[in-house]
Amino acid sequence: MSDMTLLDPTAELNPVERQLLPRLQSLSGATVGLLDISKPRGKEFLDEVESQLTELGATVKRYSKPTFARVAPKELTQRISIECDAVIEGLAD
Amino acid sequence: MNQSVEPSYALVVKKDCPTCALIEPVIAELAEKIAGKLTVYVQDDPSFPANSNPIDDRSLEFSYNNGIEIVPTLIDLSADSEDRIYGWDKKQWREFTGISSLGEGLVDFKPGCGSKTQDPGMDEVLALRFDSGLLQARKVELAESEDIMEACFERGWTDGLPVVPPTPIRVMRMLSGSDRPADEIIGNMPPDYRPCSIEKIAINAVMAGAKPEYFPTIIAAAEAALLDKFCMHGLLCTTYFSSPVLIVNGPATRQIGMNSGVNALGQGNRANATIGRSLQLLIRNVGGGVPGGIDRATMGNPGKYTYCFAEDESDADWPSLAMDRGFDRDQSVVSLFAGDGLTPILDQQSRTAESLAKSMAASLRCVANIKLFGMADAILVVCPEHRRLLKDSGWSKADLKAALFDELMTPGSEVLRGANGMAEGMPAKFKDKLLNKFRDDGLHIVSTGGTAGMFSAIIGGWVASGERGSQLVSKQFSITGDENE
Repeated sequence: MSDMTLLDPTAELNPVERQLLPRLQSLSGATVGLLDISKPRGKEFLDEVESQLTELGATVKRYSKPTFARVAPKELTQRISIECDAVIEGLAD
Repeated sequence: MNQSVEPSYALVVKKDCPTCALIEPVIAELAEKIAGKLTVYVQDDPSFPANSNPIDDRSLEFSYNNGIEIVPTLIDLSADSEDRIYGWDKKQWREFTGISSLGEGLVDFKPGCGSKTQDPGMDEVLALRFDSGLLQARKVELAESEDIMEACFERGWTDGLPVVPPTPIRVMRMLSGSDRPADEIIGNMPPDYRPCSIEKIAINAVMAGAKPEYFPTIIAAAEAALLDKFCMHGLLCTTYFSSPVLIVNGPATRQIGMNSGVNALGQGNRANATIGRSLQLLIRNVGGGVPGGIDRATMGNPGKYTYCFAEDESDADWPSLAMDRGFDRDQSVVSLFAGDGLTPILDQQSRTAESLAKSMAASLRCVANIKLFGMADAILVVCPEHRRLLKDSGWSKADLKAALFDELMTPGSEVLRGANGMAEGMPAKFKDKLLNKFRDDGLHIVSTGGTAGMFSAIIGGWVASGERGSQLVSKQFSITGDENE
């Protein structure tokens, strides 16, 4: 057995895989971040997503990464986590 | 010696053993004379011994499965009881094999060496290797790219501080600290009421940083937490500050090096820190009691990481908390109290027991709220200097308890809701009653701490103390793992 095997300390009620955060039950009243990863035509795509989310009762906040080639800066992910209930990371091309 | 018609022998050796090296010619002689009836197993170097066609037992499978402790060990497989001889004793070997000329020219006697199965730490390694059913917990395989410490955080297993990764070998070593079988279920752990096995306790004890020698204390703490009187479920769910406070009495505290002296309730002692933390992790992981989930504490208290100390039992005239609960001084006992932080009682001026008891009582009134009576239990932690003052005044612990009881009797009218301009207080029905700050059996006294400083302290209890909530519980245990109730 390798050092990379651990024994589960829990009551084993959940799957071994890392768990997703709880999903939103409703978009009504929720704040949803749209993160533009800065690929071409991302804005047009996310504009449409924003209008549909707004119709469903969500408040939308827009963010963008400086460059699609790198992961989002820590300050940006922290800001989104404080300001939003959920985030959609937009891809385009 | 029991000689059957068809003798058959197994011999276990290692090259590193001078006795095995000495008898190398004997082994060759034996292999020749009883060809096909001798199987030699070697633990370290399959080229040894010469001319005996040895079987490579570097995995130690044969040695482990046959309980080999000494090399050389010669086993007579044809005997009903598998007779064995150890080391080199010429006369014994000759009788055992029936070959009267065996080992001619060698010394008569040379004791053997320890088998490789006896190397430090090997027992658990081999048990894991050859006894796959020992551990039942689900195995979590990490990817090579994962940081093992971060993996524990990410899976929600920690209290916010790093944990020791619970590898199978560490868990095996923790289990070796007790005689209890790994699959024994001690009860259902609240709040989820999931079965809590000795193995799960061991996993969480490893993560808390405990040593195997602490394990019997940790098991006893877990068992105490499951006692109905302790009300662990309610304690976990409460919005109040409280959480288990562990007080350990008896010889085990000295054996495992718990701190009952300078900074006894502070940081720095591994046993104090990790025994308390083990229980907290167990409640979190097996019980599912996670802050913000079932744990609804408004603020909590720092003791929810760990809150565990030993009593100073150096004064033979001072009965310990365990003795107050009916145990003997030579018994090891862990007690659990639903309590919160620590409130100082500074008294550097008292020179009589009467004065000290008055100032302690006045301070004790502040538990929960100065106007709430009979609601929260408390532990009065008496420092050694105050203990000495009481003794010099001719007071026993019982005298102190009686004086505190008297001092804390209060007319209900003084502490009613609204009295003294404070809305909080006792309901109007207590107006004509004489109240005591603490319910019967609601004030416990322990003594611990360094010998300098006239600083005693209060551990306030849960506001649901007593039969409607939690009562102090105690569980006796033995450090050897020979636990009895």
